[in-house]
Amino acid sequence: MTRIFAYVPFKNGVTDDVALEYPDAAKKIDAGASLTAVVTGHGADLDNVADALTKTYSEVIKIDNEALAYPNAEIVRKALTHVIPADAIVLVPHDTFGMDLAPGLSIKLDSAYAADVVDFEGMDGATLKLIRQELGGAVSTHVTCDAASGAVITIRPGTFAPADEEGASGTVVDKSGEAGDLSAKRTFLEVVEAEVGDVDITKSDVLVSIGRGIEDEDNIEMAQDLADAMGGVVACSRPIVDAKWLEKSRQVGTSGQTVKPKIYMAMGISGSFQHMGGIKGNPFIVAVNKNPKAPIFQVADVGIVEDILDFMPELQEAIEDL
Amino acid sequence: MEILVCVKRVPDTAENEFELNAEGNDLDRDDLVYSVNEWDNYAVEEAIRIVDNLGGSITVVTVGDDEAEEVLRREMAMGANNGVLLSDDAFEGSDGRGIATLLKAEVETGNYDLILTGAQADEGAGQVGGMLAAMLDYPYASLVNKIEPGEGKIKVGREIEGGNQEMNEIELPCVLSIQTGINEPRYVGIRGIRKVAGVEIPVKGAGDLGVDAGSVGEAGAKTKRVDYFVPDPGDGAEMLDGDTDEIIEKLIEKLKAKGGL
Ligand SMILES: Cc1cc2nc3c(=O)[nH]c(=O)nc-3n(C[C@H](O)[C@H](O)[C@H](O)COP(=O)(O)OP(=O)(O)OC[C@H]3O[C@@H](n4cnc5c(N)ncnc54)[C@H](O)[C@@H]3O)c2cc1C
Ligand SMILES: Nc1ncnc2c1ncn2[C@@H]1O[C@H](COP(=O)(O)O)[C@@H](O)[C@H]1O
Repeated sequence: MTRIFAYVPFKNGVTDDVALEYPDAAKKIDAGASLTAVVTGHGADLDNVADALTKTYSEVIKIDNEALAYPNAEIVRKALTHVIPADAIVLVPHDTFGMDLAPGLSIKLDSAYAADVVDFEGMDGATLKLIRQELGGAVSTHVTCDAASGAVITIRPGTFAPADEEGASGTVVDKSGEAGDLSAKRTFLEVVEAEVGDVDITKSDVLVSIGRGIEDEDNIEMAQDLADAMGGVVACSRPIVDAKWLEKSRQVGTSGQTVKPKIYMAMGISGSFQHMGGIKGNPFIVAVNKNPKAPIFQVADVGIVEDILDFMPELQEAIEDL
Repeated sequence: MEILVCVKRVPDTAENEFELNAEGNDLDRDDLVYSVNEWDNYAVEEAIRIVDNLGGSITVVTVGDDEAEEVLRREMAMGANNGVLLSDDAFEGSDGRGIATLLKAEVETGNYDLILTGAQADEGAGQVGGMLAAMLDYPYASLVNKIEPGEGKIKVGREIEGGNQEMNEIELPCVLSIQTGINEPRYVGIRGIRKVAGVEIPVKGAGDLGVDAGSVGEAGAKTKRVDYFVPDPGDGAEMLDGDTDEIIEKLIEKLKAKGGL
């Protein structure tokens, strides 16, 4: 039988959303698989989280140690390597923690590795069939993964259907004693909070958001004029911030702001999942892109194939003439 | 500091419209424009800044075919001192573990204090750095957006969710994967490329690296891409067509209906 172990991160006693997404992923891997949640941490927060997870999972493994109070990936990896059986399938979210933990974990468990999986097509013997994307979402790929000696898989957050929380009444198994040596060559110091900017893009109903398609810093003015005409503000994708053309507080995405506007105008943005991950509340998304194959057209409500540098001023004028 | 930076030649997502080939099992690669993986330029720039401050030297390495040599030259034009091309028919079809196995063999021929990779490359995996570190038993930090060098230990910032920064202290030697935005990579002109055009770049195969050919390439890969496909466009956006005026008219109606105007 396929055995699946799902690592559940949590913060301030609240589990990550992925906790409810694992059961769907596990079912798609193998409907007959056993699914165990694994949590690591220290103290009351850990106990509470482990107890809460028994509503969703029939078995919850907890590893309690002072060294695990902050989830330092090197230490978590050591603990997991001692507790998870070598032939298991291990699920981890493809986020900044999962990217830190999972590749190295696959080496230490001597397992196959597949990153940022968006769908599964089941097991064929010991071979796991799955789907991932490449080139910023421009193409998808079918991938086979030889799981005979285990597999570590990161799944894309928000992609699998969340389960009802009340399905199970599981038990907590305490494996703290098996964690082994938890010394590390990397030490966590502190978290420095992101700076607050002049403009709060999370408060606006209309966002005119620009991506690399804006091409030049001077062109940002066009987006600002359009945003003014629409009564909105200018937001952006990551490359605009990397180039220091706008401040970080304007960046939408997993490593930027989470926004909930009514209207999201994506101008010259390709639609990577890290960007789209910052857009919540199901806004009306208008994508303008000169590439008819841009992945954003798979997720937008309305798509327009145009050069934004021509389109934005014309749209602005038409709106001002209303 | 002796620094090794791992770089990869990838199809440029900004320059290409990706099409499948006639058989549908690969990209149509004939007209693809390739460049250095975006993240790797930030890694090389960071290495240059560290060496400018502390002294030392930078080697850039890639696993690839003959054409991959051009990305090594580009990074040498930026300021890397040496380049190494790991190339062998037996390396083709390597999964992340295979690439990391080859890079590990190269690391062991040198005396590196610091090994840098990009946070991710064209396949969106973000795997090679973490695997390499685990194979070497070196500490690792991913998504690094700040480095403060020190003696025997360095301080690194990792970019985490929401743009917050997780500060860590990490022992040398270590492997770091570099996130975009950590610096502003310098521009490389034609003149810079020309200056390094004549520099000899050693090419190493399985034998030179002492790597068992069966542990890398297609033979060693546990994870294999079967094909490429483009998801059904049917479930995507409603495309507005016509001339620009017509499109704008339709768009404005929709924006009004959604309360956006
Ligand atoms: C851990 C991690 C976290 C990340 N977090 C974020 C995040 O929070 N936010 C974020 O945005 N990204 C984030 N990224 C980066 C993300 O993966 C993408 O690289 C990025 O979103 C791409 O931005 P883009 O769409 O503007 O650029 P590109 O992908 O280069 O797309 C530019 C688009 O513009 C189009 N275009 C070009 N010129 C024109 C024109 N004149 N008119 C119309 N269209 C044009 C092109 O066809 C293309 O589709 C993160 C990456 C990692 C690894
Ligand atoms: N073929 C390769 N040769 C050298 N380095 C590579 C290669 N593939 C990946 N890397 C390194 O690993 C990083 C992450 O790539 P990936 O794990 O493939 O997403 C890249 O930015 C490179 O630094």
